[in-house]
Amino acid sequence: MIAFLIKRLFHALLVMFVISVIAFAIQDNLGDPIQQMVGQSVPESEREALREELGLNDPFLVQYLRFAVNAAHFDFGYSYVFNQPTTDVVLRHLPATLELVAAATFLIIVLSVPIGVYSAIKPRAWLSRFFMGVSIVGISIPVFLTAIVLIQLFAIGVSWTPFPADTGWGAWLNDLITTEGGMPAYGRGDPVPVFGTWETNFASLEGLSYLVLPAISLASIMLPLFIRLIRAEMLEVLQSDYVKFARAKGISPRRIYFLHALKNTMLPVITVGGVQIGTLVAYTILTETVFQWPGMGLMFLDAIERSDIPLIVTYLMIVGLIFVITNTLVDLIYGLINPTVKLTGKPA
Amino acid sequence: MTTLTSRPKSRWERFCDSYLLYSFKRDLIAQISLLVFIALVAVAVLAPWLAPMNPYDLSQIDILASELPPFWVDGSDPAYLMGTDAQGRDLLSTILYGARVSLIIGFGAVLMQATLGVCFGLLAGYLGGRVDAFLMRLADIQLSFSTLMVAIVVGALFKAIFGGGTFSDYAVPLLVLIIGLAEWPQYARTVRASVLAEKGKEYVDAARVMGLSSRRIMFRHILPNTLSPIFVISTVQVANAIISEAALSFLGLGMPETQPSLGSLIKSGFDYLQSGSWWITLIPGVVLVVLVLVINLLGDWLRDVLNPRLYKG
Repeated sequence: MIAFLIKRLFHALLVMFVISVIAFAIQDNLGDPIQQMVGQSVPESEREALREELGLNDPFLVQYLRFAVNAAHFDFGYSYVFNQPTTDVVLRHLPATLELVAAATFLIIVLSVPIGVYSAIKPRAWLSRFFMGVSIVGISIPVFLTAIVLIQLFAIGVSWTPFPADTGWGAWLNDLITTEGGMPAYGRGDPVPVFGTWETNFASLEGLSYLVLPAISLASIMLPLFIRLIRAEMLEVLQSDYVKFARAKGISPRRIYFLHALKNTMLPVITVGGVQIGTLVAYTILTETVFQWPGMGLMFLDAIERSDIPLIVTYLMIVGLIFVITNTLVDLIYGLINPTVKLTGKPA
Repeated sequence: MTTLTSRPKSRWERFCDSYLLYSFKRDLIAQISLLVFIALVAVAVLAPWLAPMNPYDLSQIDILASELPPFWVDGSDPAYLMGTDAQGRDLLSTILYGARVSLIIGFGAVLMQATLGVCFGLLAGYLGGRVDAFLMRLADIQLSFSTLMVAIVVGALFKAIFGGGTFSDYAVPLLVLIIGLAEWPQYARTVRASVLAEKGKEYVDAARVMGLSSRRIMFRHILPNTLSPIFVISTVQVANAIISEAALSFLGLGMPETQPSLGSLIKSGFDYLQSGSWWITLIPGVVLVVLVLVINLLGDWLRDVLNPRLYKG
């Protein structure tokens, strides 16, 4: 176990090292701090002196080491646009993104487990076929399009009456396709402050209403994948000998499905799923753009638009750290709950 | 390769007898998907001859005719079947040209990532050792970041390096490169897994004993035997590449509005959604979804038929 832990930590450090080299290369090649500090009218000689004083003429390795030491202290310099330490800017936007990911994860777990299990238990039922059909359509819809359709349906509303309203069935069909609209689809509203810069949308009904559409959009990208994964794993487990034996012993089907089979289904789901939850952070860039949700993704896009290099670098480092931590945790949890896994990874 | 007298059947005859064609004939969904896909590709390729207007030609654009709705909504102009966008471009023509751009980038990016992925996968699987460890760790890292994230970051970097203007001028090859760089690990993993399975077989040993070079063994002997899984993931990857391109364009890191793909059309229409012009964003959206859906359905069918050992998830 200790060897496994050390190996994983070493791996995590290696990945962070690679990310930091990339981030530093970006900063070194794209950002000219002198240009940002002094403006146009300062002569070249003074610029050169300043460059020398700031250590920008030092060798690559020396500069990288300085960058790495500062990065370890979460010091990435000042944002050009906000004129604040970039870490503060990113941390201010972090809660919004984390709450969005948390809400989406909640939706994914609550919906995908029952649907996946059901369509594995009854693979030929029409409802299962319907779920499978919907899930392949779902995979084919880009997340920003889901978001746009949700905005049209529930924020703007649809008032379309193609059927004759004077007949009973026409009015009923018209009612069916007409939606009210009015759901909030812009920003976070007034989140409730918790402590420091952390404000939450979970504390009030009004705050939650702002979270509904963005969370559904974000969940929609992973939901089909999870449903298919759980269904496939469950189908495989149901074929195994121990399930057949449990059936032969006369254990009730419900107990077999939810106690014996589900446990082994969840093992691979946790590994694949944990990593996918991490990648949700990438998809928040798209969701936050559509809904103008003031999280890290929107901040990152703004930073790109305004060439705010220190902020871009900070975002990359912090998101990289989040990915590395999730992946390492997922690996560790998997190693803990699955006694058959070879922790040191040595071939038998 | 001159006298092939003992060949019992031509390629075409073999294809007619194959399980592939047999199962295709029995699968209605696959048939419809292929039909829709061919139709979409055909109208996209023939866009310059089919489209009523040329959306790239500024002289044909009438700004007074902007934001006209499609034909089934009140206030439409029969000259513009699907309505017009905010700049007064005929939406039908713009969609046809846009689908062309999306398809070019989709196929180009898959060609790019297949080339990279096949080479790296062959090297990793055949050479093993340090090369294998390095390439697969690289692939792991990239995959753990999700291909979308990598594409966005690389796209943002390219835009910062080249500047907005140059980026727009060379958007198509740059997007092919970006998506290719972001998604090669999928191929590399699949190819590596097949190579590892093939490596131990006798014919490879025989080739090695005959003194053939590693390169020849990899590309002429092992590669042909790994083609079936490559073929299957290629379909799904085309769909993924088209979605990635649309996502990048939607974020403003892809095709410029003067030369829109389906993604940048959706983006440009999104700004007018609140004012009631839903068709500018939703009609290209439907085209995009149908295109990606039929490719995914074909990929599903192909995977069921060829059933290679695929990387799960």
